[in-house]
Amino acid sequence: MNIATTIDGVPLEALHSASEAGPAAKRIVVAYGFWIFLLSDIVMFAALFASYAVLVRSTAGGPTGAQLFNQTTVAIETVCLLVSSYTCGLMSLAINSRNRLGTYLGALITFALGVAFLTLELREFADMIAHGATPERSAFLSAFFTLVGCHGLHVTLGLVWLAVMMVQVAVMGFATSVQHRLLCLSLFWHALDIVWVGVFTVVYLMGISL
Amino acid sequence: MTDVRYDRAPGDVPSEEVQAWAPSEALVYSIGLLVALVLTATSFWVANTSMLWPGGVGLGLAVLAIAQMGVHLVFFLHLTSGPDSTNNILALAFGLLIVFVVVVGTIWIVTDLNDNMLMPSSDAMNVRMQP
Repeated sequence: MNIATTIDGVPLEALHSASEAGPAAKRIVVAYGFWIFLLSDIVMFAALFASYAVLVRSTAGGPTGAQLFNQTTVAIETVCLLVSSYTCGLMSLAINSRNRLGTYLGALITFALGVAFLTLELREFADMIAHGATPERSAFLSAFFTLVGCHGLHVTLGLVWLAVMMVQVAVMGFATSVQHRLLCLSLFWHALDIVWVGVFTVVYLMGISL
Repeated sequence: MTDVRYDRAPGDVPSEEVQAWAPSEALVYSIGLLVALVLTATSFWVANTSMLWPGGVGLGLAVLAIAQMGVHLVFFLHLTSGPDSTNNILALAFGLLIVFVVVVGTIWIVTDLNDNMLMPSSDAMNVRMQP
């Protein structure tokens, strides 16, 4: 940085620290605001996790997690979401280099993996409900469907958002506002994956092994 | 070339300030994916194996999950300890504090209330509650 600045002929005094550089760029402010929103979303998930942890043993004589959960499904769901997070990252790299084809490709793979995740989750829910494990059966199942369903709802919203953003890229190109929205979208998608790490550990793996 | 240093946005790919020695961003994502996959596989193994002391499985799973969240934050969301990310780290730290208070506080209080209920043991309760 210092060498480059000297080459550019800018005096070293111009190299301010972040706190003296004046208002940050719009991109920084937008993403920081969205980061605050994501943290509040994570706090909401923390409340759902806490209620789940409190109610996990209140099965009211109904089925327990160990009887209901299918590990293979959960493993496939986890890999789907993890790889979609990876392709979402590659998509943001393509956006940064203004690579339209790469952006569409990354979005398509991310979308397909997200749909695969949702399909598996909905099938799991339908299977549980068909076997009488409905949300009203016990406090445990109410907490389970609230927590996992809330995450699934976020994934659904993320997919809708992704589709809308691809339309915007097609119509408006890589306009500054579109780039800001895409940055927020990739933040959202990575945060969903972080929440899913908590879900598959606390709900599924601990439900099976403990 | 930027002549001032701005804060860095969370999840932002700092393509303009990448140093010559830094690995390419695609490589960073790939390393993150690989490490996360290894941690996930380890989690599933820990939950299923009978080689480990059963009492430690829950703790092990929690440690693996926290490690994987850290990997996601560093490799996917590009949070660093550098001065550019100070604001993001501070916000994250506050969020984690709230998460900790909510989760641990809830579990602590409700478990305590459960233990202090001067009621018959839960087995007797279940027998009485049977229709």
